[in-house]
Amino acid sequence: MTKGRKIWAYRRENGRVGIRNHVAILPVDDISNAACVSVAGNIRGTIALPHAYGRLQFGEDLDLHFRTMIGTGANPNVAACIVIGIEPDWTQRIVDGIAATGKPVAGFWIEGHGDIATIAAASRKAKEFVHLTSGQVRVECDLEELWIAAKCGESDTTTGLASCPTVGNMYDKLIPTGLHGCFGETSELTGAEHLAAARAATPDVRDKFMKTWQAYQDEVIEAHKTSDLSDSQPTRGNIAGGLTTIEEKALGNLEKIGRMVHFIDVLGPAETPARGPGLYFMDTSSAAAECCTLQAAAGYVLHIFPTGQGNVIGHPIMPVIKLTGNPRTVRLMSEHVDLDVSGIVRRELTIDQAGDALIDMIVQTANGRATAAEALGHQEFVMTKLYRSA
Amino acid sequence: MSIPHLLVHDPKDNVGVVVVEGLEAGTEMLCVVTLDDSDFQLVARQTVPIGHKIALRDLKIGDTVIKYGHDIGRVVADVRQGEHVHVHNLKTKRW
Repeated sequence: MTKGRKIWAYRRENGRVGIRNHVAILPVDDISNAACVSVAGNIRGTIALPHAYGRLQFGEDLDLHFRTMIGTGANPNVAACIVIGIEPDWTQRIVDGIAATGKPVAGFWIEGHGDIATIAAASRKAKEFVHLTSGQVRVECDLEELWIAAKCGESDTTTGLASCPTVGNMYDKLIPTGLHGCFGETSELTGAEHLAAARAATPDVRDKFMKTWQAYQDEVIEAHKTSDLSDSQPTRGNIAGGLTTIEEKALGNLEKIGRMVHFIDVLGPAETPARGPGLYFMDTSSAAAECCTLQAAAGYVLHIFPTGQGNVIGHPIMPVIKLTGNPRTVRLMSEHVDLDVSGIVRRELTIDQAGDALIDMIVQTANGRATAAEALGHQEFVMTKLYRSA
Repeated sequence: MSIPHLLVHDPKDNVGVVVVEGLEAGTEMLCVVTLDDSDFQLVARQTVPIGHKIALRDLKIGDTVIKYGHDIGRVVADVRQGEHVHVHNLKTKRW
């Protein structure tokens, strides 16, 4: 029932498929946020993506900043992009990176002009982009042309029983048809890292995964920990939901990748997959907004977010579908839930049926259905910072 | 099948998860093992919130708690069958 499903989506200049048609107003750096927000306020149909960084970064951290900025602008859900920075060089570098996709993009810088002249010029160009892109029509595309990422949050024990296995069932059905998938959360696989490693497609990929996981343990956890992390992994929300240890949380988390598929590569943060269709592991934080931002910057156009206690995450350009198997969360926080799979814990719904229901929700969302997070205005866009700036 | 009170992932597990709200001490629970759909009865000795774990057998300090068929940590205070298992009697072996 999955192979051959069609969606209505936007075919971009580079052949990729997008499911939203944003005109993004992207700041190069924190001090250009105000100008970007003003442009988005002037021109309906645009969206500003303010963030906290972009000055005095260097080395690998700066590379990640550029990769995240360029990748976000290049994402197929963005039809056209305005880039605004304080100075021309870094602005142009991001413009050039996005322009490689073939989409319309223009850069503006504030030094020597001031905010007001920059906002005026960028607003005129943004209006032009809105006229250019708003008439684009959706075309029929194959479901498996989508790039779909996943991450879970505010997890509890129902996540491992119901919502994560539902996502895993979807991947088991769609990855073999040619879908690009992605899971991450390096820290949160601790306790199940051996099981994750066993799902690598080749010994090389397994080694790369274990090196990435070990580096996280050595460079982040061991270097900075002041306790056994029982206050943050699991989180207070996880503990309230009944999760006790990181091992228990990791085993539930890993249910997201299903029973059959193997991951074909290990990606750095915000790195674009380059080995074709299949499941990828990305080295990410387990914080929802950071992980989603990195996956969107890698080119993923849709996100599936299983939650237990009720995480409310969204992203400005990548729709986030939330599902839960916790009946209490469905009762108390229904406005955040796109798909209720609590029937699984009542034994009224099988994992297979829930997986099919998720695929139906993916098709509807790809066709344009607003997610709960989109309707509620959740636009979390959070850069990952590797170390302090210069 | 009636709605279960407690779900167990794997026949090897020594804990299960409460999946109903308002479970009271003394309830005779219907417990279902999701891997093979087998079921059994167990009395809850304590009032336990939805999502929290209950011991399927007596557990002693130093024992390993098994869930999903895998090690999820060590027992740090004795637990009787039917009692709540959480941060007061179970700790990570990591970090």
